Amino acid sequence: MDTAAAVIVSMMAAATPLLYAALGELVTEKSGVLNLGVEGMMITGAVTAFATATITGSSAIGIVAGATAAMALSLIFAVLTLSLVANQVATGLALTIFGIGLSALIGQGYVGTPLDALPKLDIPGVSDIVFIGPVLFGHDFLIYFSFVMVGAVAWFLYRTRAGLVLRAVGESHDAAHAIGYPVIGIRYLAVAFGGAMAGVGGAYLSVAYTPMWIENMTAGRGWIALALVVFATWRPGRVLLGAYLFGGVTILQLHGQGFGLGVASQILSMLPYLATILVLVLISSDRALIRLNAPADIGRVFRPAS
Amino acid sequence: MKRVGLLIAAVAALGIVAGAQAADKVKVGFVYVGPIGDHGWTYRHDVGRLAIEKQFGDKVETTYVESVSEGADAERVIRQLASTGHDLIFTTSFGFMNPTVKVAKKFPKVKFEHCSGYKRGPNVSTYLARFYEGRTISGLIAGKMTKSNVIGYIASFPIPEVVRGINAFTLALREVNPKAEVKVVWVNTWYDPGKEGDAAKALIDQGADVILQHTDSPAPAQIAQKRGVWAVGQASDMTKFAPKSHLTAIIDDWNNYYVARTKAVLDGTWKSQDVWQGLNTGMIAMAPYNPAIPKDVVALAMQAEADIKSGKRHPFQGPVRNQAGKVVIPKGKAADDKMLLSMDWYVEGVQGKLPGK
Repeated sequence: MDTAAAVIVSMMAAATPLLYAALGELVTEKSGVLNLGVEGMMITGAVTAFATATITGSSAIGIVAGATAAMALSLIFAVLTLSLVANQVATGLALTIFGIGLSALIGQGYVGTPLDALPKLDIPGVSDIVFIGPVLFGHDFLIYFSFVMVGAVAWFLYRTRAGLVLRAVGESHDAAHAIGYPVIGIRYLAVAFGGAMAGVGGAYLSVAYTPMWIENMTAGRGWIALALVVFATWRPGRVLLGAYLFGGVTILQLHGQGFGLGVASQILSMLPYLATILVLVLISSDRALIRLNAPADIGRVFRPAS
Repeated sequence: MKRVGLLIAAVAALGIVAGAQAADKVKVGFVYVGPIGDHGWTYRHDVGRLAIEKQFGDKVETTYVESVSEGADAERVIRQLASTGHDLIFTTSFGFMNPTVKVAKKFPKVKFEHCSGYKRGPNVSTYLARFYEGRTISGLIAGKMTKSNVIGYIASFPIPEVVRGINAFTLALREVNPKAEVKVVWVNTWYDPGKEGDAAKALIDQGADVILQHTDSPAPAQIAQKRGVWAVGQASDMTKFAPKSHLTAIIDDWNNYYVARTKAVLDGTWKSQDVWQGLNTGMIAMAPYNPAIPKDVVALAMQAEADIKSGKRHPFQGPVRNQAGKVVIPKGKAADDKMLLSMDWYVEGVQGKLPGK
């Protein structure tokens, strides 16, 4: 594998966990709910997936278990914020802290346990073609599936009636409620989807990316995913772009150093965040853009006037 | 992240308050930069804490706060420990230096022990292990094991401690293999398994066949095994993460020091001091050598270990040249501690530029 292909392959793997978590959070936020617990849900997904894959010997079952566990965690958040109308920001932060602690507890017995990495696609002859082989045909199925999910989320949000309803709930829960849509129910589903996707993102880290369990292994990726949603101005296609940009910069700066490039690595590490702030400034200065993309009722508590 | 760290610290502080009832015991507090479960740096400090409990039983009570970020949080956590009746507080990361000194001034009766810093006070001691002695051993082994003559070195932050390790390693490496060179990648973190793994992948892609790390997670060793190259572990024995690839590791062993300092507090003989110990006192040790290393190479490594212990060999024995080829340590001389503690230049054989230079 030549270096260019190696860089692209590493970049795709680095971007995938961010992509999953950010896509899920995008749907949650589009329904008007801000769940800051992405990091906690990811790490819970990571440990559950690893433990299950170790016990059952099947990575696929592990990934499903990771998604389920993170979804269960997100439902705790949903009960607290949607049914008991707790503050979403505080509850989300608590969810992250809880998730990190819980995962450390669950994972105690699994530190240092070996696990085979998720198998990569290997088509004899095709996957060996110079450059194209590894870049297009040399990944594990979760990477291909992440592309499917980007398409599916975009299609759902902008091409289906259900997606329209979900967006309506995020724009104005009072109006949606008045028309007769079950605001709370729809938000439950959106939060659950966000949880499951964060779980898959975490599972990718522990069964495919660095196949092991170690405490706090998400190391802030949940927060990057949150920033990504803003960076992408709540558009699925741009989430894909953003995730590859964030992942790409990380990998490129590591390779750059190996080649003795004279740019300070801190500056390169900083770039994605600078870009996020820039996007924030831009969308705040352009009212039309905000109206177009950011859900108007995000983070606001909904109390049905019965 | 910051806010979460803060909340975690607040939650932890509550726990400390709840447990601060018993009197007449010597209370020993620990502030860790990472989670105990890192199986590296913080894990080894916690092993030291447990050694105190084992040694003194009912006479002591220990508490710890893990994953404390190096900044404002650290000061609050340290103050919290000091104000809840702790007699002796170990702060185990370089970035805790200023907060430790600041809090120590306000609590003159509490004894502080800061790991890896250079600021001391009447109630602040510093301690550190001469990890670079272990780097010398790793360098000799790596020089004999490499086929590509490219060594990948994953570094955390460009502080003298880390630069010293890179230099000691490179000197030993080129002593047995003058053709070998070291590629350094700075990841700007002590602990991020994903990023450390990425750095290992990048270095292997660029031809490295031995991976060194000055970061705390076992991810690089694991990636090395997956890609079929060698690795040297950090802080604790990481063999179980990469049984085939793990050549050896530099193990930190704080047990004796922690027990001795606690005993000094119990006896009332504690004095501020500065300690920098290495292989000779067992503050660092080498993990068991991989059976795949040829016997003559193991013999070479063990001889070097013995020579460093006896003082016959110094990791920075002149002549030592810097990257520009200029002799920095003349023949017949060895670097003194002052030079070692402020090292901010690469020796010959390290590729690339030191950040900030």
